[in-house]
Amino acid sequence: MQISEEMIREIALQVIKEMEHADAPQEAAKAARLVFKEVGVAPKHTNNDEVVIAICPAFGVYQDATITGVLHVEVLRELIAGVEEEGLKARVIRVLKTSDVAFAAHDAAKLSGSGIGIGIQSRGTTVIHQKDLAPLSNLELFPQAPLLTLETYRAIGKNAAKYAKGEHPNPVPVQNDQMARPKYQAIAAVLHIKETEHVKPGTKSVELSVSFK
Amino acid sequence: MKRSKRFEVLDERPVNQDGFIQEWPEVGLIAMENPNDPKPSIQIKDGKVCELDGKKREDFDMIDQFIADYYIDPTVAEEAMAISDQAAAKMLCDVNCPRETIVRLVKGFTPAKVVAIFNQMNVVEMMMALQKMRARKTPSNQCHITNVADNPVLIAADGAEAAFRGFDEMETTVGVVRYAPFNALALQVGGQVGRGGVLIQCALEEATELLLGMRGITAYAETISVYGTEQVFTDGDDTPWSKAFLASAYASRGLKMRFTSGTGSEVQMGYAEGKSMLYLEIRCIMLTKGAGVQGLQNGSISCIGVPAAVPSGIRAVLAENLFTTMADLEVASGNDQTFSHSPIRRCARTMMQFLPGTDFIFSGYSGVPNYDNMFAGSNFDVDDYDDYLVLQRDLMVDGGLRPVTEEEVIAIRNKAARALQAVFKELGFPEITEEEVEAATYAHGSKDMPHRNVVEDLKAAQDMLKRGITGVDVVRALAKNGFTDVAENVLGMLRQRVSGDYLHTSSIVDKDFNVISAVNDRNDYQGPGTGYRLNKERWDEIKNIGSALSPDYFDRGKGC
Repeated sequence: MQISEEMIREIALQVIKEMEHADAPQEAAKAARLVFKEVGVAPKHTNNDEVVIAICPAFGVYQDATITGVLHVEVLRELIAGVEEEGLKARVIRVLKTSDVAFAAHDAAKLSGSGIGIGIQSRGTTVIHQKDLAPLSNLELFPQAPLLTLETYRAIGKNAAKYAKGEHPNPVPVQNDQMARPKYQAIAAVLHIKETEHVKPGTKSVELSVSFK
Repeated sequence: MKRSKRFEVLDERPVNQDGFIQEWPEVGLIAMENPNDPKPSIQIKDGKVCELDGKKREDFDMIDQFIADYYIDPTVAEEAMAISDQAAAKMLCDVNCPRETIVRLVKGFTPAKVVAIFNQMNVVEMMMALQKMRARKTPSNQCHITNVADNPVLIAADGAEAAFRGFDEMETTVGVVRYAPFNALALQVGGQVGRGGVLIQCALEEATELLLGMRGITAYAETISVYGTEQVFTDGDDTPWSKAFLASAYASRGLKMRFTSGTGSEVQMGYAEGKSMLYLEIRCIMLTKGAGVQGLQNGSISCIGVPAAVPSGIRAVLAENLFTTMADLEVASGNDQTFSHSPIRRCARTMMQFLPGTDFIFSGYSGVPNYDNMFAGSNFDVDDYDDYLVLQRDLMVDGGLRPVTEEEVIAIRNKAARALQAVFKELGFPEITEEEVEAATYAHGSKDMPHRNVVEDLKAAQDMLKRGITGVDVVRALAKNGFTDVAENVLGMLRQRVSGDYLHTSSIVDKDFNVISAVNDRNDYQGPGTGYRLNKERWDEIKNIGSALSPDYFDRGKGC
């Protein structure tokens, strides 16, 4: 398929508009609130019916929405729903030793019984990883956080589960917007710095029991 | 609040689509003049640097150590550091102070000293200094040639047009990594159709990039990145020593190369150690010099959105280009990434390098429509060609490009597509059809191209690597199919690899395969009437844009 620049811009604008819309009223936040309970150091599992989702240090605690204001509670719910839709379980851990999404996702993959993990930063950047790949490689990378919608996050969860089942899914379609840099690059840097402030080098990842209240 | 109609209009202006942010010095989100930057200092003992910018040798990180041992010249350091910041700044923009004087002293400056000097200078003074300090007298330009489909026929045609329009270096990269050998091959053939001697590169993961160079498919490399803090450096699994080793691998095979760095990368990755963007970039430039590399691509590059968002950020970007030239390095000075929605800002940012001239004003200018630019878009693209030509003409500035006619461009694009068609046929690659040649000849971008069989192309591209096809096979294929002139040109590029003349600082190769570098085209600017001046022939070329009407046009029966 050929994607025109206009089309991409149009989609990006629509997406951003929708996000702003979703973000404006605080109803969503009232309807669901993320509650994390730490249940100790995240163990390595052997059951291959799971996908591990690694959230970065500030996710849902010090920051509560992505770079375009999509609430973390909604994002996490969609990722988990995507995995469950494929009949697998999602296990959530918090990575503390890094804010680098590739290393977070790789950590998740190494702990995951299926060898498949998802890493997500507070600003929304997401990676699907596999334990046998090099950390800076990946199965699917979603670098342009401003263009990720809740639908994309569900599709990411779904694809991760498919990889876990040994399938070869089509990669989740990603958008490209060359004007995302002038608009978002500096804001992305600020969000990343604020995330990195909560990194605790050498600390093991923590298993979380997540509830939506 | 009831909205003011005037403010509503302003809100809709392109500049208000850009992201701006206030300074945050504690984490290094500040372009220059960070109160947390180290204070300049140096101590030399027994010919060795034992203190650098307030830090003792035992506290050095690996970048400090590399700079202290391989950049700083202990024999001039004390003399250089004793010059006041203001006096040094005045020397830089004083036309009576020759370039050589500054180049000698710069070897004794520490990173903090350089930042302190630049803190004294405004952009006009920096531009005056850049005009004097760039290494090669004749300014030049580089472009990007890519497309979203990695269509090789289009790359050949675009490469030919861009070389014909005046770019001396051309850079491609890939959408799909496995296409790389074809993209490089297509640009090499197309480029040498456009103008013999144009240099081409293919930006890739470092090992493949080196391999394609060694096989003579590409002529130089540029995307070897260095960083200003240890954490960011080691996150990329690298050290200054490993980068220096890679640089020597290129040199040993007679391949031109330069490093890449830029303000904003460290803060973007969250590890700026609370230093200003410019301070960290000065460390990168010194490290590059210390590694013995001839040049550097900088000017923030892919992090331009970060300095551009903070006060004085575009001034810092100019300062980093300037210091690269002061360190006697070739500079490929950025302007290569989308950085603003505002045409006014886009142009003003580029004037900082365009007016004084640099070794490569853009690194690169998009020689394809921005939707096809796989470096995520450049500051200027093909649709800006005529604006750029008028800027050269308005200001009597040599920006490296020249006016061309539609007929000439159609012919050169067609020849490039045909030459690649012949090479593909000869080497047994998937057919390039007549329909594709025709489409590439007249195309604006990849939207105008028929689809190729990507799976077959990728298989053949991998096969090209496996079979060990080199530049010599390409020469043979061209010659056998009647493209003798193009074959001569590709062979001419391979000869450069043997003579090695183009490893000199700031080298470009002219249409007769003469190397023009900082050695035989030394910048001798010392004020009005000196340095690079447009000769009559070049000025006539720049003047004659197609849209300028002859006064005769208005005579009866000829026009209106």
